[in-house]
Amino acid sequence: MDSTEVKADPVLQAEQRSGLLSREPIDDLRQAGASGGNWQAAAHRASRFDLEEVRTAFPALRQEVSPGVPLIYFDSAATSLKPQQVVQAVLDFMTIYPANVHRGLHTLSERATEAFEGARDKVARLLGVEDSGQIIFTRGTTEAINLVAQSWGRAELKPGDAIVLSELEHHSNLVPWQMLARERGVELKYVELTDDARLDPDALEAALTDRVRLVAVTGMSNVTGTIPPLERIVEMVHARGARVLVDAAQSLPHHRLNFGRLGVDFVAFSGHKLFGPTGIGVLYGKRELLEAMPPVSFGGSMVVRVDRQRAEWNEIPWKFEAGTPPIAEAIGLGAAIDYLSQFSAQELAGHERGLLTHAHDVLGQIASLRILGPADPEQKGAIVSFTMEGTHPHDLAQLLDRHGIAIRAGHHCAMPLHVRLGIPASARASFSMYNTIAEIDRLGVALESIRLLFRRHSHEQVAPRPATRAATEFPNG
Amino acid sequence: MDDPLYREEILDHYYSSPHRGHLESPDLVSDLDNPLCGDEIHLELSLGTDGRINQVRFEGHGCVISQAATSLLADRVEGATLDEVRQITPVDVVKLLGVTLSPTRMKCGLLGWKALQKAVAEPGPARE
Ligand SMILES: Cc1ncc(COP(=O)(O)O)c(C=O)c1O
Repeated sequence: MDSTEVKADPVLQAEQRSGLLSREPIDDLRQAGASGGNWQAAAHRASRFDLEEVRTAFPALRQEVSPGVPLIYFDSAATSLKPQQVVQAVLDFMTIYPANVHRGLHTLSERATEAFEGARDKVARLLGVEDSGQIIFTRGTTEAINLVAQSWGRAELKPGDAIVLSELEHHSNLVPWQMLARERGVELKYVELTDDARLDPDALEAALTDRVRLVAVTGMSNVTGTIPPLERIVEMVHARGARVLVDAAQSLPHHRLNFGRLGVDFVAFSGHKLFGPTGIGVLYGKRELLEAMPPVSFGGSMVVRVDRQRAEWNEIPWKFEAGTPPIAEAIGLGAAIDYLSQFSAQELAGHERGLLTHAHDVLGQIASLRILGPADPEQKGAIVSFTMEGTHPHDLAQLLDRHGIAIRAGHHCAMPLHVRLGIPASARASFSMYNTIAEIDRLGVALESIRLLFRRHSHEQVAPRPATRAATEFPNG
Repeated sequence: MDDPLYREEILDHYYSSPHRGHLESPDLVSDLDNPLCGDEIHLELSLGTDGRINQVRFEGHGCVISQAATSLLADRVEGATLDEVRQITPVDVVKLLGVTLSPTRMKCGLLGWKALQKAVAEPGPARE
């Protein structure tokens, strides 16, 4: 790879200086070992990132939303599109070796087991950890976080302990802790964000009392794209003897961090946001933590011996995987990681940085449009959430859909963050490796036409009042 | 843009509904919101001596669909009996809007209708 062609990226460079970012394509991590190696040689072997080629790999991009209106997919933060390689891997499993794992001694079962456990190894390399026994397959991020709350949380936390969360969190990194807190008499504390939705380490320091046992924080906000300073956070939290859980659902598709080296205690992510199938996700945990944790779901596979009254648990990771696992989904995730690993992290980050910077430029020029979170695209990941004065995000999403542009509107499962930002809902455009600068230009043109449509009708009339109340805590959603 | 959902008439109802505001002494009131999108509707009705709906006023904020549908409904039910209001179905609301709604937008389209049904189903004492 010719590194001079990649745009300089301060966030990336800082992470590389600190040695946290996996610079190697994943396959080379295996050879080099997760903690170093010749990444330049690795980069030379990686195929060059070719946008046209990437776009052909994603069959969903070959469609028109309505006649003559091609799809522009800006909703990858909700779920990413899937490359043909992933579809093929799932298809192969289902058509050629659709056998159960860990149970048969026949050829198909061996093959399925190999592919399934092979996917686990790929996840371990992606996260920068050597021991794939620390990789537990779950249904997704949500289930992974619930597993930590119900197993580690119930076993370890006592009344009076505290858990620190940030206002950036997705509901899936809030509600499991709320339930645990209520059940165990544990206090929930929040790190206050800055007005532009950044997480200031000093604010975290203020929340870190001796009672804090866990800090659960996102690797990247699914609304503002904010990237909290994980290295600092891990240092501060470990200095206090507490644990860190990182919700990597959004960060992993954009930033390959070496979680092993970073020393994070738990990491959760979802396959479907990482170009893989739905129904598969991962919990990574440190071996000593996972070994001490009790299982929370019981049945086949998670036991080694069962008598009429008792059972003996299997070792990790299987101790936490009761029943037939999502085999096709795990194999699909493995294929997604293979796909991703063709490209160097630097190339991908460079492309996405270009998209994000352009999006900030284009959207920043639209009157009455407000971008939420950090104004500087260098301080965030490839997501732009915004509001347009006098226009409800639902109307924006619906009208953009007429232009073939898929965005998301609502509170994006982050109600406390919207309360903090003082709005009930927002519109969100999120970008991925297959998006183009031209698509962002189309978004700009479409948004400008929507603004004019609404302005034409509202002129001389009373503009709709701004939201009188922000989202409040409701049990659902 | 030629979009039946965002046509002139609908946007007029959104921006300058004749039914926006409050009544002096409403006979029926109801509140409803959709926390998922932050839409909310506060509805006030006054009844004539014949028991028919005299005036409808609403306050609220949200997307074009939820606000315009409420305004269109208000137009429709002034002069109607409570029984007639109870007979109005979601299909009637969609007809009023004159467009088909996707399942997600249906929730927006029916917010005002639900508030109205709540008002006529559980006639509580008017607000002080
Ligand atoms: C930051 C973040 N955390 C957690 C989740 C939940 O992921 P899942 O629904 O796949 O469990 C999401 C996605 O919806 C997310 O964006």
